[in-house]
Amino acid sequence: MQGLAFDIAHLLAGSLVLVSFLMIYQDRLPSLINVFALHAILLAASVAWQATIQNMPELYVTAMIALLFKAFVIPVSLRRMIVQLGIHREIDTVVGTGLTMLAGMALVALSMVVMLRITAMADPLAREDLAFALSVLLLGLLMMVTRRNAVGQVIGFMSLENGLILAAAGAKGMPLVVEISVAFSVLIAFIVIGIFLFRIRERFDSVDMQALDRFRGEQQP
Amino acid sequence: MTIIQPLTLVLLMPLLSAGFLALMPNYRVSSAFNVLASAVTLLSAGLLVVRPPQPNDYFLVDELSVIFIVLNTFVGFTTSLFSATYIGHEIETGHLTPGYVQFYHAMYQLMMFGMNVALTANNIGLMWVAIEMTTLATVLIVGIYRTHQSLEAAWKYFILGSVGIAFALFGTILVYIAAEPVVGEGLPGMIWTVLNSRVAEFDPTLLNVAFIFLLLGYGTKVGLVPLHAWLPDAHAEGPTPISAVLSGLLLNVALYAVLRFKVLLAANPRAMAPGPLMVTMGLVSLAFAAFMLYRRRDIKRLFAYSSIEHMGIIVFAFGMGGPLANFAGLLQMTMHSLTKSAIFFAVGHITQIKGTQRIGDIGGLTATHPGLGWGLVLGVVAIAGLPPLGIFMSEFLVVSSTFSRAPLLAIPLVVGLLVAFGALMLRLTGLAFGEPVGTQAPVRISYVPMFAHLAIVFAAGIYLPPAVVVWFQHVASMLG
Repeated sequence: MQGLAFDIAHLLAGSLVLVSFLMIYQDRLPSLINVFALHAILLAASVAWQATIQNMPELYVTAMIALLFKAFVIPVSLRRMIVQLGIHREIDTVVGTGLTMLAGMALVALSMVVMLRITAMADPLAREDLAFALSVLLLGLLMMVTRRNAVGQVIGFMSLENGLILAAAGAKGMPLVVEISVAFSVLIAFIVIGIFLFRIRERFDSVDMQALDRFRGEQQP
Repeated sequence: MTIIQPLTLVLLMPLLSAGFLALMPNYRVSSAFNVLASAVTLLSAGLLVVRPPQPNDYFLVDELSVIFIVLNTFVGFTTSLFSATYIGHEIETGHLTPGYVQFYHAMYQLMMFGMNVALTANNIGLMWVAIEMTTLATVLIVGIYRTHQSLEAAWKYFILGSVGIAFALFGTILVYIAAEPVVGEGLPGMIWTVLNSRVAEFDPTLLNVAFIFLLLGYGTKVGLVPLHAWLPDAHAEGPTPISAVLSGLLLNVALYAVLRFKVLLAANPRAMAPGPLMVTMGLVSLAFAAFMLYRRRDIKRLFAYSSIEHMGIIVFAFGMGGPLANFAGLLQMTMHSLTKSAIFFAVGHITQIKGTQRIGDIGGLTATHPGLGWGLVLGVVAIAGLPPLGIFMSEFLVVSSTFSRAPLLAIPLVVGLLVAFGALMLRLTGLAFGEPVGTQAPVRISYVPMFAHLAIVFAAGIYLPPAVVVWFQHVASMLG
């Protein structure tokens, strides 16, 4: 049974990395939001499975938060937002897809090499989980760098946080304080982001971050 | 045994006043209340020095954190005084509406709460949550003017700050994973006092990687190059009281987190030495910021880059380690907080008088506004490190301890200091002397906070009370 439990955890965390890759090359916002919802569902499943095999019922709460909040509430409201802003048809990437995918692969390789080497002594389950979590984190970071649209950056940031929750769930017996705070911070972050998006809309009629770059404080008109 | 512990007051006072201030519509009353709340917090922080509480699972007050807490609440208090005058002017000129000021005051106290929790936390998770909270509160204040520039600055700060904070959480999780096999599952693996006593048995490679993530993560909030990009924008575009608090306090809080983890890593003999990493980042920040100072045309950005430069020196000093360099680092940090916030108090009034932040549009201040002009001169002379002021003494200690231990490292250090000195003096002559430039509209000015800070910096350069020296020396030996 131990072998199967391990394999399932492995499968879920691995598919999370795969979906991160899917997100990287989505150049239209609605499909990006869909893929993000899938990412959140996989995260919830992964955390729930950790709750089962570690016998930590409080992790189910974390899984539920991920499922309700990240897989439903946020995607739905983001979708409404982009329709209201009229940017749901825009194409959005700065760097070419091929190049970004290559960079993504390099980052995953890097995190595998680093994590598997340093955690040789640790529990094998936590070990693999951590390597996947770091991959998801770095891929989220890559996505934030390659998007110029504010909504794309926000989704990149949230997928990065998914990687953090995966790591926290994989760490055996880590107190719940952290999970709740992570979920909570996502909530606040989203509110902040929401306010920002609407303020940006008010000011610029655009959420294109390159429009903001023109207003750098030290450029003379 | 009193009914209310000072620690409870230090934490509850800002939290409760944040709630009250959020509901208080009259800006005059809320400014006064903000000052009052900050004063009470400062007094209770003073009581913490006299009678520190016993550490428990969540809170810890020791000699190291007390320095930070007292400095934090003191600058928080003086800034609230300055802020009352500043906000009054912003309302009169219509830059801010009373609704925004209500929000501003609530966020100010929330930020103070976050910083105080971070400084008293005995739990690495709680510390992380608190620092995240200060990030959110300051992001909201930086964007408060709702101009193009302030929104861009707030957004940049938010994105970079969040990435930093994410890295810090990953590092925190790694520390827990390293601790878990030794101290067992659950809460003990996150408590500073437990971690510090058992760290020698932890897996060293895990700790190494954790420290790199923590240094990068919290280093973003310290403003270390190359993670500093948010700092000048956030300083320049937010309200000036927040620039003072960002430079004077928030950078220190992140530095405190880095220091705690550095001590943890250093206590494990098999882990790598954290010093070289910090020395490198410190020197790079110093050199980069020193050269960038020459190209600044915005007065608040100028002093923001100077903050990066000083954080570089401080991180360098702590990276060198040893009793003397640590002592110098602590002193430099204290003096920098006081001086830089005094400079921002002056700059806040100057920009209100001139109605611009462009250095070219400001000139001859000592002739038109003697109090403000000479205050700025004194502050800049202090921050540039001229004797006999406090920063000269701490920089002298950093340089001399470096010369005696690693002379080669002293060369870039001294070059960086001199380059920054030149840039600051160059700008200062234009700002303070020569022909008056720009409007001279009368503005209400609060001199007390600025000159109180400068007086302390001046006095410390000439005479440091033995009690303070003993205290700092004790902490310096603790830092290893």
